[in-house]
Amino acid sequence: MMRLRYALGATVFALLLWQGIVWITAVPPFILPSPLRVAEAAFANRVLIAENALVTATEVVLGLMIGTVLGAVTAIQLASSARMHRLIMPLLIFTQAVPVFALAPILTLWFGYGIASKVVMAVLIIYFPVTSAFYDGLTRVPEDILDMAKTMGGTKRQIMRHIKIPHALPSLGTGLKLAAVYAPIGAVIGEWVGASKGLGYLMLLANGRAKTDLMFASLFTLAIMTLLLHFAVSKASSRLRQR
Amino acid sequence: MIRAPAIHLRGTHSIDGQRLFGPVDVVLPAQQWTCVLGRSGVGKSTLLRLIAGLPCAGTFTGQINASDGIDIAGRISVMAQSDLLLPWLSVLENTVLGARLRGEDPDLHKAENLLERVGLLHEKHKKPSALSGGMRQRTALARTLMEDRCIALLDEPFSALDASTRADMQELAAEVLADKTVLLVTHDPAEAVRLGHQIVVLTPEAALPWPTPQDAPIRDQYAPETVACQADLLTHLRRAP
Repeated sequence: MMRLRYALGATVFALLLWQGIVWITAVPPFILPSPLRVAEAAFANRVLIAENALVTATEVVLGLMIGTVLGAVTAIQLASSARMHRLIMPLLIFTQAVPVFALAPILTLWFGYGIASKVVMAVLIIYFPVTSAFYDGLTRVPEDILDMAKTMGGTKRQIMRHIKIPHALPSLGTGLKLAAVYAPIGAVIGEWVGASKGLGYLMLLANGRAKTDLMFASLFTLAIMTLLLHFAVSKASSRLRQR
Repeated sequence: MIRAPAIHLRGTHSIDGQRLFGPVDVVLPAQQWTCVLGRSGVGKSTLLRLIAGLPCAGTFTGQINASDGIDIAGRISVMAQSDLLLPWLSVLENTVLGARLRGEDPDLHKAENLLERVGLLHEKHKKPSALSGGMRQRTALARTLMEDRCIALLDEPFSALDASTRADMQELAAEVLADKTVLLVTHDPAEAVRLGHQIVVLTPEAALPWPTPQDAPIRDQYAPETVACQADLLTHLRRAP
């Protein structure tokens, strides 16, 4: 509750500062609209913003789900076999050396202007943090517990299922919290490169027509969406920690 | 269940060419408690891990056999200083962990009987975080018993407990592990004298048997013979290299 109060206080302060700068400098609205003007634009275009936000949200959630499943499966494979680890890990690190943003045009070429290229972009962006965090948890099970499991005659598969995976769930939660922040970035970059829907597309469109207030309204909608997603994932991951 | 066999360990253990202990010749008599004492770093836990077939730093040259000629692997349960309970599982689920890890259906009725025996039946749905140190070690003991192995290897399982809980746990363990061949690694001469049919003092050169009082364990810790044996043992350990 205290944290919420501080966050609200900081937001009100930032808005007042913004409004103050606009009043004092009398900057033209197409350069920097006042927060009040942005709010008016958001209300006037609420249906347009909501439609485009829904598209971006779909891309983000799909990307998050697919990226999480792929990342989790990869981490389990890496932790299951030393050979697999030697084979895949260098490849995985190499993919991180390639800037994912630079791949956006080629992804649009391969997967088209629709939702698929944005989902792939979001998946690519979150795949490594999820894999890396979950793998870290899977390989940090205390040796004593693994020794005990061996003396009990535990099979590799069951040790993975009953010990390693539950032990690594909090680490997966940490990876997911990062992913919740990264996934919208991936989707919006995809929309900037080529799209006819989505908040990224709307921001570009508004910017091109000097509707800076609409651009800001779209930007804040995206930020609020990301915060809500991060909050939801944080809640889910703290449940995993409390298990 | 097959009658618990005696275990015979003969050999030397070295790390990076440096001898840790040995040559030693230790026999764990069948269905009896053997308590191993010695200075920290002398290799007591290594000895236990060798018998358990667990990976150890260094190389062991020698033999470890059971008196019945059957392989020791698969007939051992280990209880460590830390209770090693999985925090996301309940007391009952922790007790049947072995069966789950082998992909078998756990015998919950048997687990409940064992929990009743260690006085934890009413806590069976609680998570380890809701238990005291003594209750957690009793859960670990129930998990060890659930495995129904004829050889129990205990690595300082009571050392983190307060004095009265430790005494209770010693009595409980002596009662429930009575028909098993037990190796107890401990730092506590009083615990060794109270519980051991046989006491072995491990040094880098040898594993020396230490004379125990005439009466059978579990011994009265206030009996003059027990107290004298503890005192002698402590004096010896303090002088040992």
